[in-house]
Amino acid sequence: MSDATIDPRLTGRAAPKRALRLSWSDPRFRAIVWQVVILGGVAIIAWYLISNTSRNLAARHIATGFAFLERTAGIPIGESLISYNPAADTYGRALVIGVLNTLKVSVIGIILATILGTLVGIGRLSKNWLMARLTAFYVETIRDLPLLLQLLFWYTVLQGLPAPRNAMSIGGAVWLSNRGLKLPTLDWEFAHTAAVIAFLIGCAGTWLWNRHARLRQEATGDRPPVWPVALCLLIGLPVVVWLMSGAPFQWDIPALRGFNFQGGTNVSPEYFALLLGLVTYTAGYIAEIVRSGIQAVPWGQWEAAGALGLKRGAILRRIVLPQALRVIIPPMTSQYLNLTKNSSLAVAIGYQDLVSIANTTLNQTGQAIEGIAVIMAVYLTISLSISLFMNWYNAHIALVER
Amino acid sequence: MRGMSWAVALMALGCLATAGAHAQGSGSATLDAAKARGQVLCGMAGTVPGFSLPDSQGVMRGLDADTCRAVTAAALGDANKVKFVPTTTQNRFTALQSGEVDVLSRSTTWTLSREGNLGLEFAWVNFYDGTGFLVKTASGVKAAKELDGATVCVAPGSTTELAVADYFRLKNMKFTPILIQDLAEIQGAFMSGRCDAYSTDASALATFRFSQGPRAADLLLLPDIISKDPLGVMVRKGDDKWYDLIRWTFAAMITAEEKGISSQNVDTFMDSKDPDIRRLLGIEGDMGKALGIDPKWAYNVIKQVGNLGEVWDRDITPMGLPRGINNIWTKGGLQYAPPIR
Repeated sequence: MSDATIDPRLTGRAAPKRALRLSWSDPRFRAIVWQVVILGGVAIIAWYLISNTSRNLAARHIATGFAFLERTAGIPIGESLISYNPAADTYGRALVIGVLNTLKVSVIGIILATILGTLVGIGRLSKNWLMARLTAFYVETIRDLPLLLQLLFWYTVLQGLPAPRNAMSIGGAVWLSNRGLKLPTLDWEFAHTAAVIAFLIGCAGTWLWNRHARLRQEATGDRPPVWPVALCLLIGLPVVVWLMSGAPFQWDIPALRGFNFQGGTNVSPEYFALLLGLVTYTAGYIAEIVRSGIQAVPWGQWEAAGALGLKRGAILRRIVLPQALRVIIPPMTSQYLNLTKNSSLAVAIGYQDLVSIANTTLNQTGQAIEGIAVIMAVYLTISLSISLFMNWYNAHIALVER
Repeated sequence: MRGMSWAVALMALGCLATAGAHAQGSGSATLDAAKARGQVLCGMAGTVPGFSLPDSQGVMRGLDADTCRAVTAAALGDANKVKFVPTTTQNRFTALQSGEVDVLSRSTTWTLSREGNLGLEFAWVNFYDGTGFLVKTASGVKAAKELDGATVCVAPGSTTELAVADYFRLKNMKFTPILIQDLAEIQGAFMSGRCDAYSTDASALATFRFSQGPRAADLLLLPDIISKDPLGVMVRKGDDKWYDLIRWTFAAMITAEEKGISSQNVDTFMDSKDPDIRRLLGIEGDMGKALGIDPKWAYNVIKQVGNLGEVWDRDITPMGLPRGINNIWTKGGLQYAPPIR
């Protein structure tokens, strides 16, 4: 059949397109008209709302605009990752500190909640009766109580710690009181920065050596040992660099002076209560998502892996979880977003996150609309970033179907 | 387009009708709205003893609550037509700006930036106060300058947090702020030892200490007052007649105390020969008409709420606070009323 027609699907040529007719019976033309009409309607409503609001604000002599961001703040902030002086720094810097505080609790909260949630979720599927019942009880209880109550509970528990004068200590360097957990800090010198850079170089070197070892094994079947090289590069190299730069090792130990401990770094009870509350609450939800993901993998996979001689832990790690991730990732995104937004409850227990500082700012300046706009813009940015990353990760681990 | 012309005619008729109603209005949009509603919406805290706190029968008691009642008695003739709207330090200004409340009697400090930026103004000061510190007696602190390095509990969004920050900056001392929105939570944090000191208006500290009952001796109110805090009544800008009404309500209460008129004996003054008293009680003159309200406005205020001294004795004296500069000018205080004539 030498003159048989070739299947058009295999030629790679695009389908023929019809020209757009300016007539209501053409579906593409209808679609375009409706979209323009709806877009125009939304634009008119938005324009009306914005012009009405600015007209009313001007009529009531309420200050508008974002000029207040350049004004000296004057408001005190309890804990900040960057330096802050209420006498000299602006409202803009105070809001940046709020964003950093929110990120500090959100990022660490997401990591810890994922770890705890995964462990609890897997635990609920355990063959150990006690483990399964305990984790089920934990999940059911934690999801029934409002988050605000849980935060207030943890905060009250942490306020039961002793006063600074009777603080508990480990070795005289770490102190636990109702003012927080005081940890000693290292006086950071250039030698330490150099050691960290050397460590990162060592990580890259180890990865390269591991890749070389794998390629050798695939080509010749003989895998050179990786662990001695890793040891030298990851531990030996930074230590040598640190020794060569003078080996500084000064610690700032917290000591009780007057009302509180001076020196070292502090993990405040507000931060810790917020972190505990958010992590335990979100972990309950993540546990259920992980459990549903694992149970979504067909039972045949477990049986086949068992027939191959794999143990239960290895089956979970190598066969089931990679498939379960497809079901787990999309709901996890919403739990991460929930955790980020729930961190705004910090205002109830005195942790100064973005919402707390922006509320104080809008109260002191009187500009409610700009303050709320800042809060909304920041949360939108954070949430969209988390969403984007998780969607990329989801596409990355998706199984390629034939 | 027959339908259109009917619609236009109807709209024109409606405009004329409402225009007629405006022409008979008092000239104050807030007062007209309150009259139409039959209630004056008064924003207050609802949680501060001595200023606004419900008693065991659920009736709101306190200086701010009585201020609200006096304004309502002047505006609508009946002090019970007031509706108390609870507000927090964070939403009090937006509540007034947006029209949720007609007047804000919430012990708000009168500052320039508030009067300039918020589109609101202060009609009168009903309590001259200052910021103080409350500490535990067991801490051994006797003066504010010993508080270097202390942790201080304050309410966010208040002038107190700015005043405390300024004070510590001035004295070159450091402090750690704990800012919690809920009043009960702040007081709980202070009592549990999370903070070394609790700072707010000295009057609120004194009433809090008083409310602790037998454990009041565990708390010490430091003698230092670190800022001026004239606590005032706020209204929206642009409604001058409403602003006048609030001011002259206070003027009436102060004048009544000057003349010795109280809620108990105001009826005996109805046949007085004193021209000041006759103008005050609306027997002669058109003071009420000038303000756009009932001629017996001052009589209603005095009869239903009392003069300024009665309000103080009823609400603040049980807390154990001396009247000091909050007295009327004839007795050495700062409350001075312009003449009602």
